[in-house]
Amino acid sequence: MPSPNHPRVAAQLPNRAGVGLKPEHIDTILADRPDVGFFEIHAENYMGDGGPPHRRLEAIRSLYPVSLHGVGLSIGSPRPLDKAHLARLAALAKRYEPGLFSEHLAWSSHDLGFLDDLLPLPYTEETLACVCAHIEETQEALGRRMLLENPSTYVLFAESAIPETEFLAEIARRTGCGLLLDVNNVEVSATNHGFDPLAYLEAFPLEHVGEIHLAGYAEAEDDAGHRLLIDAHDSPVRPGVWALYEKVISRIGVQPTLVEWDNDVPEWPVLHAEARRAERHAAKAAAADRVGAFGHAV
Amino acid sequence: MPFDATLDAFVEALADPSAPPPAQTRGREGRPDARRFAVYRNNVAVGLIASVEMRYPVTRRLVGDDFFRGLARAYVAGNKPRSPVLIHWGADFPCFIEAFEPAREIPYLADVARLENAWVEAYHAAEATPLGLAELATVDPERLGELRLAFHPAVRLLGELRLAFHPAVRLLRLAHPAASIWAAHQGVSEPRPPVHWRPEDALIARPHADVDVRILPPRGYQFAAALLSGASLAEAAAPLAAEGVDPGPHLVGLIEAGAVTNIR
Repeated sequence: MPSPNHPRVAAQLPNRAGVGLKPEHIDTILADRPDVGFFEIHAENYMGDGGPPHRRLEAIRSLYPVSLHGVGLSIGSPRPLDKAHLARLAALAKRYEPGLFSEHLAWSSHDLGFLDDLLPLPYTEETLACVCAHIEETQEALGRRMLLENPSTYVLFAESAIPETEFLAEIARRTGCGLLLDVNNVEVSATNHGFDPLAYLEAFPLEHVGEIHLAGYAEAEDDAGHRLLIDAHDSPVRPGVWALYEKVISRIGVQPTLVEWDNDVPEWPVLHAEARRAERHAAKAAAADRVGAFGHAV
Repeated sequence: MPFDATLDAFVEALADPSAPPPAQTRGREGRPDARRFAVYRNNVAVGLIASVEMRYPVTRRLVGDDFFRGLARAYVAGNKPRSPVLIHWGADFPCFIEAFEPAREIPYLADVARLENAWVEAYHAAEATPLGLAELATVDPERLGELRLAFHPAVRLLGELRLAFHPAVRLLRLAHPAASIWAAHQGVSEPRPPVHWRPEDALIARPHADVDVRILPPRGYQFAAALLSGASLAEAAAPLAAEGVDPGPHLVGLIEAGAVTNIR
């Protein structure tokens, strides 16, 4: 077991591809020490007091930068943030010195309890103020700037009055937080709501992006027979998402990029190959001429 | 609609599978869409069911995937986590199994689940360094050989000592041979039924990285439970001594299992 004082690699995430850390891969990773930019962990999986999860994460952290990704803070809820949960997140951030911390523009807890899903919220002046207050409280508790991730959604709300990209831009402006651009979420939401993903990216405040997420989706249909994409994280990144990713990279340069694969997790070599593929796409896009507006070289 | 009311309606519809999608949600046709909303309902159920499956793998194997999914679905419907830390959620699932009518035919199922829950709790418990037998010698070198006599009223010093336990330690009194059943399901090979069908007492500990499950010998539970609740060695040993049972091996057994961190 590495001691807590075991020398660690630097905390900062390189502009490379990383993958979500899965328990079933850790022994292989520690034995083979594959060349991976970073590992991302779901914060809530490491909120036990001790034992093998922390021992193994200490070992990983000594070899690789880590990013801390919360899935349970419920930032997009009108209810006060869970102070105990904020304290747990702050303790994890202190212990593992992650290169960055991110959470979602979503809610997951209400009177019924914790619902274990990233649920959508309407975009209004009221919800904007509420989300901003929660982000400020989170940044204060963790003593660092956080990144907020754009959601994938299946429904919109009648009362929404602010476009999502504008909502995110205003949050970044008011709170100073950065943004995590999930390109798969853009593809999923664009398909689900019938908008152009390139137009969304055109309107997205790309200057605040500090990390990119990529993943695979599942497919279904809605009541009217429209194609409905589900953010399943259970398969390879799709061609359309790679194409959007290249457009983003050609616009803002190479970014720390995470391949998320949380369900039907493949063997390590498959996941590792997906991360290497992301780096090839990024290198190709970065080598091409910088483009101005999406799709139009200048 | 105010933010809070929108989410109240959303949650109400999530909780009731027969409810229509919330009125203020919109699909591509500009109206509520049942299939779209069902994705959220399904995500909530599937995510929480997966957590229960992960915590109770042997229980699941004993009843099969389909039965277990029904059991977990019924549990999840009425027992939402209070915290987003799901590694701590699902401890009362064994009690739910006991009251679940279709599971009554498998009377040992709840006991196996109890053991699995204790295993997960031990897995996530805080770190501590277990006391080794060699360190016991340094605690009281001249008396180690007299362990057998240590509980004699004349040897007051050792008898007054109390044990500090590792935070991972869990003691279970099982009405069925659930520890044997659990152990038989650890490999991939076809499990054999227990040789002896009788109640078992189990000690769960995590001496180092790995969780360890031991079946306690007769009277081991009584002795360990007394010490765990703060009794001195003399107090814990008295009932055993009264029956002419040597408590020494029980103490050594607890230390060998890595359950003890200190004697003071």
